Amino acid sequence: MSAGRDGPILSVRGLRTEFPTTRGRVVAVDGIDLDVMPAECLGVVGESGSGKSVTFLSMLGMVRLPGRVSGEVRFDGRDLLGMGARELRELRGRELAITFQDAQMALNPSLSIGSQILETLAAHGPAGSRRLFGRDPGQVGRAIEMLTRVGIPAAAERLRDYPHQFSGGMRQRAMIAIALVCNPRLLIADEPTSALDVTVQAQVLDLIAKMRRELGMSVVLIAHDLGVVAEHCDRIAVMYAGQIVELGPAEAVIEAPRHPYTQGLIASAPWLSDLTRELRPMPGSVPNLIDMPEGCHFAPRCPFRSDACLRPVAMRTAADGRQVRCIRPEAVA
Amino acid sequence: MTGAPLLQVRGVSRHFDLRNGLERLYKPAARSLVRAVDNVSFDVWRAETFGIIGESGCGKSTLGRTVLRLQDPDAGSIVFDGTDITRLGRRALLPFRRRMQIVFQDPYASLNPRRTVEDIVGQPLRVHGVGRAAGRQAAVTAMLERVGLPAESLQRYPHQFSGGQRQRIAIARALVLQPELVVCDEAISALDVSVQAQVLQLLRQLQRDLGLTYLFISHNLAVVGHFCDRVAVMYLGQTVEVGATRLLLAEPRHPYTRALLSAVPQMRRADRRPRTLLTGDLPSATRPPAGCKFHTRCPAAMDVCRTTPPALATLGDGRQIACHLHPG
Ligand SMILES: Nc1ncnc2c1ncn2[C@@H]1O[C@H](COP(=O)(O)OP(=O)(O)OP(=O)(O)O)[C@@H](O)[C@H]1O
Ligand SMILES: Nc1ncnc2c1ncn2[C@@H]1O[C@H](COP(=O)(O)OP(=O)(O)OP(=O)(O)O)[C@@H](O)[C@H]1O
Ligand SMILES: [Mg+2]
Ligand SMILES: [Mg+2]
Repeated sequence: MSAGRDGPILSVRGLRTEFPTTRGRVVAVDGIDLDVMPAECLGVVGESGSGKSVTFLSMLGMVRLPGRVSGEVRFDGRDLLGMGARELRELRGRELAITFQDAQMALNPSLSIGSQILETLAAHGPAGSRRLFGRDPGQVGRAIEMLTRVGIPAAAERLRDYPHQFSGGMRQRAMIAIALVCNPRLLIADEPTSALDVTVQAQVLDLIAKMRRELGMSVVLIAHDLGVVAEHCDRIAVMYAGQIVELGPAEAVIEAPRHPYTQGLIASAPWLSDLTRELRPMPGSVPNLIDMPEGCHFAPRCPFRSDACLRPVAMRTAADGRQVRCIRPEAVA
Repeated sequence: MTGAPLLQVRGVSRHFDLRNGLERLYKPAARSLVRAVDNVSFDVWRAETFGIIGESGCGKSTLGRTVLRLQDPDAGSIVFDGTDITRLGRRALLPFRRRMQIVFQDPYASLNPRRTVEDIVGQPLRVHGVGRAAGRQAAVTAMLERVGLPAESLQRYPHQFSGGQRQRIAIARALVLQPELVVCDEAISALDVSVQAQVLQLLRQLQRDLGLTYLFISHNLAVVGHFCDRVAVMYLGQTVEVGATRLLLAEPRHPYTRALLSAVPQMRRADRRPRTLLTGDLPSATRPPAGCKFHTRCPAAMDVCRTTPPALATLGDGRQIACHLHPG
């Protein structure tokens, strides 16, 4: 069953991920609701440990025991959390691709880069040619084209190279080539460029943007750099301690943030375009997630906190559709 | 800026030979030599913050370590407060070591997990035989207070602190000997944005109070833009443009500085400009291009760039630039 043209390609309700640890229970993902529309780019930002990676790993059945995932995740109408491992693997690689923060996790060190791309093509690619042995020349051409497009120079000569023969930035790009080679409908890119120089970062993000335009691919772009999501995303979700605290159009969230955490984040980030702007640091640091209190997770660092913040705070929707998890009236005014 | 600079770096080079002992017998040196720092010159004035930016592998850390004589240069000279320290032996160098310190990137790796904060911060005092035990403890306590850590921290271990607090411990250790020059090598790069701003504010406060001079190495152009008075842009071991930060970042002249800046993502739509995308990767460090090292990726390369390395020229606005488009 398909969700139809106008429905979201990815729809998440009440996603929750817990890890029991010896020091207590870690709720890494604490009630996430979000939709990704066809051809949309959704940015997910938040500081280290806010739960960005675990949120998306949870959706794809990639959280290992004793981690526990609950809630509802639908990809094109199909229930992902109830899906068997085999079915999920089929889906991943063909319709839905994920690139990891750490390229080491995605690349097989004992297979050449070329074989890894061809393997993906053989398993999921078009033309139904499921030949694993004996390469299809059309597919070799496609592999070279993909590597060239992610900016690997002399790609034809580098097909036989192993991951260790690539630099860190090249490994990251090879992983992106593998993810994009089957033209997925949704790409989840977890910090695709955080380890790269700005020059290479620009190349990789431009490539993703181009694929989105040409193929109508949807993208979830996880990043900690606000500039990256501001430039490349239609909407932004800001995460703090396992929750989305603000969700709205990229430009609105960056230029007129409504949640005190988003405001603090933007005030503390240096802008190249305005070097005279005074940086205003946020006090404190990201909490560790063990046995978090019931109320607003940001309250201990919030300049506006009141006793009312000690009770659980739900996401609220303003008249203009922006969502903010804050009880202050001006947050949704 | 009166008198002499605190630090004068003149034609400094540092090479790495990638051959092992056996290979040295039969492999020619030329193809295995990395010119990590290649004929670099600049001055740093007292109480100034001098930034060094450039892509990964361009030689920023090597330059920082060489300036402090943590590594020896293969050529050139380093003059600290009027004394040439390039060839000083261990003994003669010791008093200068006290006056120059370094803070590294990783607040997790650079602190010994088995030592208490008191041990860690007090270690430089012991190494240099400064004061007696009681005086040393007082100095450590005062330093911790200065970097904003509570006195109870003394008997705790690094893992009991957050990343930002650990970086404060590392800063306290670097400052406890009251140095004049502090090299910050990606000192805030591993920290979250909200904490980066806290540590930058601390560094600036300490600079005001103690008259510190910083050599601030970073790949984050926006951070350097906010924090540094002057900046040097490095490419493959060489400085290609040096000048006042505001000038350089607002009106970059070198095609590499321009490309680097145009690649930085902008928060506001109004600030976005069409990109000058660099093609290709950094050339191999062991086989840099002839002529201007940037010519293989330069959108404005001319014939002369392929054959002749440009000299560093000074322009009317005071900046220095190594580019045939700007002969000075
Ligand atoms: N297997 C696990 N067991 C216990 N806790 C875990 C586990 N995996 C993740 N966590 C915790 O879940 C929280 C969220 O982690 P996550 O990796 O999603 O953060 P993130 O937002 O992606 O951070 P970063 O920007 O550093 O990548 C962290 O506090 C982390 O320590
Ligand atoms: N000990 C060493 N042995 C061999 N080569 C080295 C050594 N240290 C540095 N290099 C090489 O020297 C060059 C400059 O390295 P350096 O670490 O100074 O760069 P960097 O600008 O600090 O990079 P990053 O931004 O990644 O920290 C690189 O090509 C590096 O591989
Ligand atoms: Mg992550
Ligand atoms: Mg370095």
